[in-house]
Amino acid sequence: MENLINIFIKSIFIDNMVFAFFLGMCSYLAVSKTVKTSVGLGIAVIFVLGITVPLNYLLNKYILVSGALTWVDPSFADVDLSFLSFIMFIAVIASLVQLVEMIVEKFAPTLYSSLGIFLPLIAVNCAILGGSLFMQERDYGTLAEATSFGLGSGLGWFLAIIGIAAIREKIRYSNIPAPLRGLGITFIVTGLMGIAFMSFMGIKL
Amino acid sequence: MSDKEPLFSAKNRKLLKNPLGSDNPITVQVLGICSALAVTAKLEPAVVMSLSVMAVLALANVIISLIRNTIPSRIRIIVQLVIVAALVIVVDQILKAFAYEVSKQLSVFVGLIITNCIIMGRLEAFALGNRPWPAFLDGIGNAAGYGLILIIIAFFRELLGSGSIYGFKVIPQAFYDMGYQNNGLMILPPMALITVGIIIWVQRSRDKSLIESN
Repeated sequence: MENLINIFIKSIFIDNMVFAFFLGMCSYLAVSKTVKTSVGLGIAVIFVLGITVPLNYLLNKYILVSGALTWVDPSFADVDLSFLSFIMFIAVIASLVQLVEMIVEKFAPTLYSSLGIFLPLIAVNCAILGGSLFMQERDYGTLAEATSFGLGSGLGWFLAIIGIAAIREKIRYSNIPAPLRGLGITFIVTGLMGIAFMSFMGIKL
Repeated sequence: MSDKEPLFSAKNRKLLKNPLGSDNPITVQVLGICSALAVTAKLEPAVVMSLSVMAVLALANVIISLIRNTIPSRIRIIVQLVIVAALVIVVDQILKAFAYEVSKQLSVFVGLIITNCIIMGRLEAFALGNRPWPAFLDGIGNAAGYGLILIIIAFFRELLGSGSIYGFKVIPQAFYDMGYQNNGLMILPPMALITVGIIIWVQRSRDKSLIESN
């Protein structure tokens, strides 16, 4: 249990998707103009990460890694399909995003229209695929650990986008040098937020 | 478009040249930021990453452009993802075979070329509506624009952060003896973001038409 909480906290603050690995920056920069849309996208990302990481964990453990296929037949013991992991992971993600899109369209039409093109773009959000690839690389031992990592990373991304959206709403009223307006200042503010988040590295878990 | 158009007509040259400056994928179109920042602490991975993206983007553009009239628009995202993922698997295997050290440094970011927004963005915006040769040039041009920014960032980060360029020490030992120290902050992730911010600042003060209203 303690282990799960450690992974959760670590993936939110220390290994934050945006500030430590720059994942999901495209939608992070494009959608973060207002807090309202950011909350919607952030929740969608938590949801998708929380489901795809454990799903891909099972896929990885029982189909892809070397020796995973022994449950079919012992003669498959040295089959290693891990080179197929990119294509399998992306297929799971793309189909799940399609599902989320249909659910949001049915139950929250206003959110659906305000997110516009960015909902399907979650499929190509690097944070989502990155979550699965990190899960594979770090070799989490159990399904619960993978789930905790997925949810934690999603929450970390959510925090980051809410933070930058709140700052950007206020920054509109300040006098920034013209060439730096918009994209430039957003990058610099994100960098400063990143430096702030680095102070969490001191936490020993 | 007539078939007799020369291969490097003015229009085609523009496809190659614009992404380097006024239509740069990273600083103007805001595509492909994630990988751009993560692999730039040293020059070598940045160069390898740029070349990989160039190979994948140019080939994916050509393939999508060749089959663009046969893809039903409802499932085009999945079709694009499958083609890109297949190309990335090939690149990843080649890197593992011939440049194992670099592929270790790039870690998950080779796989993330699949979700690099430059690729999807260019496929959607260009390859779906153009013939293979312009699509190929567009791919090369955009990947070069992406690589250019990557190399600028990596150059400064490696120079200031490790005192070397492409692995060779350039800051003489005498400087260190006099008390010069590497700026460790440049190696850390946040400085990559600030470096991009500064590049955008410089670019937009030179080209006023790119300035955003807010």
